[in-house]
Amino acid sequence: MEVLIGLEIHVQLTALTSKLFCPTYSSYRGGSPNTYVCPICLGLPGTLPVVNRRAIEYAIAVAKALNCELSDRIIFVRKHYFYPDLPKNYQITQYDGPGFTSIARNGHVKILINGKTKIVRIRRINIEEDPGKIHYIGGIEEAQYSLVDYNRSGVPLLEIVTEPDMSSPKEARVFLDKLIAILEYLDVVDTALEGSFRVDANISIRDYGRVEVKNINSIKDVEKALTYEIVRQKRIIEQGGTIARETRHWDDKKGITVPLRAKEFEEDYRYFPDPDLPPIKISTEMINKIISTIPELPDQRIERIMVQYGLDEYRSTVLVLNKWLVDFFEECAKIYSNYKRLADILITDFLRWIKELSLDLKKFSVKPQSIVKLLELLDKGILSIKMVKELMPHVIKGEINIDEYIESKGYIRIYDEQHLEQIILEAVKENPKAVEDALKNPKAINFLIGEVMKKTSGKADPQKTRDILLKILEKIRDMKR
Amino acid sequence: MPVYRLIEEFSSDAYKVFEYVDSIYDRIKRVEDRVKAFITIVPKEEVYSYLETLLKRGYNSGSYPKLFGVMIGVKDNISTKGIRTTCGSKMLENYIPPYDATVIEKLKSVGMVIHGKTNMDEFAMGSTTETSAFYPTRNPWNLDRVPGGSSGGSGAALAAGEASIALGSDTGGSIRNPAAYTMVYGLRPTYGLVSRYGLIAYASSMDQIGPMARNTTDLALLLTIISGHDQRDSTSLPLHSIDYLKALDELLYKEPRLRIGILKELFEGSDDGVRKVTYSCIDKICSYHECIEVSIPYTKEAVAAYYIIAMAEASSNLARFDGIRYGLKVPVEGRNWVDVYTEVRTKGFGYEVKKRIALGTYVLSMGYRDMYYIRALRFRRMLKEKLDAMFSKVDVMASPTMPIPPPRLGEFFEDPLKIYLADVSTVIASLTGYPAINIPAGWNGLPIGLQLISRPLSEPILLYISAQLEERTKLRDLIAEV
Ligand SMILES: [Zn+2]
Repeated sequence: MEVLIGLEIHVQLTALTSKLFCPTYSSYRGGSPNTYVCPICLGLPGTLPVVNRRAIEYAIAVAKALNCELSDRIIFVRKHYFYPDLPKNYQITQYDGPGFTSIARNGHVKILINGKTKIVRIRRINIEEDPGKIHYIGGIEEAQYSLVDYNRSGVPLLEIVTEPDMSSPKEARVFLDKLIAILEYLDVVDTALEGSFRVDANISIRDYGRVEVKNINSIKDVEKALTYEIVRQKRIIEQGGTIARETRHWDDKKGITVPLRAKEFEEDYRYFPDPDLPPIKISTEMINKIISTIPELPDQRIERIMVQYGLDEYRSTVLVLNKWLVDFFEECAKIYSNYKRLADILITDFLRWIKELSLDLKKFSVKPQSIVKLLELLDKGILSIKMVKELMPHVIKGEINIDEYIESKGYIRIYDEQHLEQIILEAVKENPKAVEDALKNPKAINFLIGEVMKKTSGKADPQKTRDILLKILEKIRDMKR
Repeated sequence: MPVYRLIEEFSSDAYKVFEYVDSIYDRIKRVEDRVKAFITIVPKEEVYSYLETLLKRGYNSGSYPKLFGVMIGVKDNISTKGIRTTCGSKMLENYIPPYDATVIEKLKSVGMVIHGKTNMDEFAMGSTTETSAFYPTRNPWNLDRVPGGSSGGSGAALAAGEASIALGSDTGGSIRNPAAYTMVYGLRPTYGLVSRYGLIAYASSMDQIGPMARNTTDLALLLTIISGHDQRDSTSLPLHSIDYLKALDELLYKEPRLRIGILKELFEGSDDGVRKVTYSCIDKICSYHECIEVSIPYTKEAVAAYYIIAMAEASSNLARFDGIRYGLKVPVEGRNWVDVYTEVRTKGFGYEVKKRIALGTYVLSMGYRDMYYIRALRFRRMLKEKLDAMFSKVDVMASPTMPIPPPRLGEFFEDPLKIYLADVSTVIASLTGYPAINIPAGWNGLPIGLQLISRPLSEPILLYISAQLEERTKLRDLIAEV
């Protein structure tokens, strides 16, 4: 049974400081209810919307980054429905249909799935205003009454709709990771902010009805909700049932989807062009100006990282999709040249610890020098990979100075090769029998290495010890000839 | 006294303003019970203390604002901070806006005094001021007749001497119609010339605020104050402000000869009395200018297109009235929002408003929008092309403002279609966004008005012809006995 998944993503342009159609400050989070409002975003009689030009510029940048075709005009329409979070009882949005147009259409995003590249098509992007927020006192089911907070009303949103091109929950997650990376590279949204990135999913088994799942508030939940829905739908089909076209609600506490309302017919939103907002022409000049401000995007960066550092596509992708991480990588790479080792340690232990310690990447400040020092000690054989793993969280938290730490733990400074050679020579002198054996049988060298380890309490690097020992044996052999 | 005289008088003695205020309030006291031009009258003490503040400020700075003390009646769909703004509806009976419309800021900046909010058809839907949720306004020239609408309160306040000048709003003729019926001058500006910010929307693509006055000079004066670009209105035209008095004076000095189109169908379709009066009015200047007959052969279609577009937009604009943030309150305890909304909108809106919301919803609905709304938009484009072609031959087009004299109170409810069709002359300017003026034309027992339409931004031309006619008809500064 083939699974078809399409996503509808609402992204708040949190990088903007004012709302979409009024001058009200748009970073409303943490504010007391109904304090980030003005007559316009409250929909008071007589007020009029005026478009925030920056929002248009951001939308164009996003459209370009998602490889979309841009419209030549921006047309806002009114979408009518009564709901208490909607102050005007219509939403100013866009509509892709005859006589109207979305700001952008027909784009695509490349994703990497099991080592293969896959294309997810973008159907369209709309600019629209966010409604307010309803608070159900005591939960949606038990509430005796609800309260409306209009702080969010009018916050600029992009609605990004994909074609049903994803065939598994994992693909959906990989797509969303990529999309978020692109948006963060463009610096239009801080997806860490609650509610700034919201996903509705359309999911169907081929030839069966389409189900829309709403209220998925995190990427982790997208995967869970989709997995749940696929199992549910497949089970019904296997039992000979049919899938009704409906909208379901993701209950993140119970981990299930529940029916919201049956979709028997399309709701009539009576779209018509907003007479308060004349169409805005998008000039080539404007587009070019915006394009010139678009930074290097994930796809370009993955390619560059592969070429510049000789990494494979997988490692490059993992690094690049986390903008902070790849920036850090490139900082380290300025002073450290074993790029593969650097990448590996960053995308495994380093990233794991950062997640485990729940560190906010934007706030804490581990220095590239600290990580590079760890790697150099590893390279010189002073630290084993095991020790590096142990030290990593302490280094990340900035709790230790690596030099002092090594000193205090009594680690021998055997990156000093002369010092190591002396210890090895001692071992050679003390074990003439073992030397005789080693000269005849190369495998017998291990006994001598063991002796060196004893002398150094296991702190000598086995590879280096072996290299030096081989040289010494070679000299002895030459002298005997 | 004309506003331009008041300005002179107060500039020589600012304290004369109090006598003037007293005289207006005396007049209101004497006639308002019968006329009912206002929904809200600002208490005299408040006007006094406002003027005292202005006087103090003027004394300190050495100069008074240009229109210091002039008392203006403002239609009750224009938001006034701190003054109740009802839109003639129960829905907003107790609504006090927390902000001023752009035009109100402008009036205040030149020292004008808003002493009352004038009656109107509910949400400007009507042409008789009878759909006001509070009471109808009566025509000061004949109390059995309507003053026209929807800015009927503004027209009546001027005709009854209860205000020196007034603001109206015009969607399908709501300034020109009451101006014609109350024997005053009223101008619908080019769409976008005057900011709509703060005007409670009826049909956004046609709504325009405009001046109403008892003479052409005052009309030009008020237009100068209220016009100009406003960043808060995206449909506002990006133009520099114009001094219309100066523009008018220049034209009166040069006296250019123009070509006036006589709109054949609109004269022929009018009542005999109306036709006679308006013909003889325009005839007074046809020897100086050149008058030629022109034709718009689809006047009925224009009325239909106007109502379809207006109702469609109204159904959207009036969706916001749900009683949650402002407006009519009903008990909410233990009820869901759908019930509450339903009760608010059932009780808050009158019959005419509900009818237009229902029809507007219908013409935008799937399966019908192509047949009605889209066709109306197509007609609108076609009409504009037609008008542009005609304006390559003539400078203005003349017609009776209203094809019938002011109806009796109650007539509208007996035959609403007849009253809708009476908008035939005025909707042409509304659909195209072109400027139009009502000029008092004469009497046929009742006031009769002449309408002139011109090209976009040709307000000076309209004012120029208006002034010429005013000079010949002497129909200026008229106040009814009541
Ligand atoms: Zn606001």
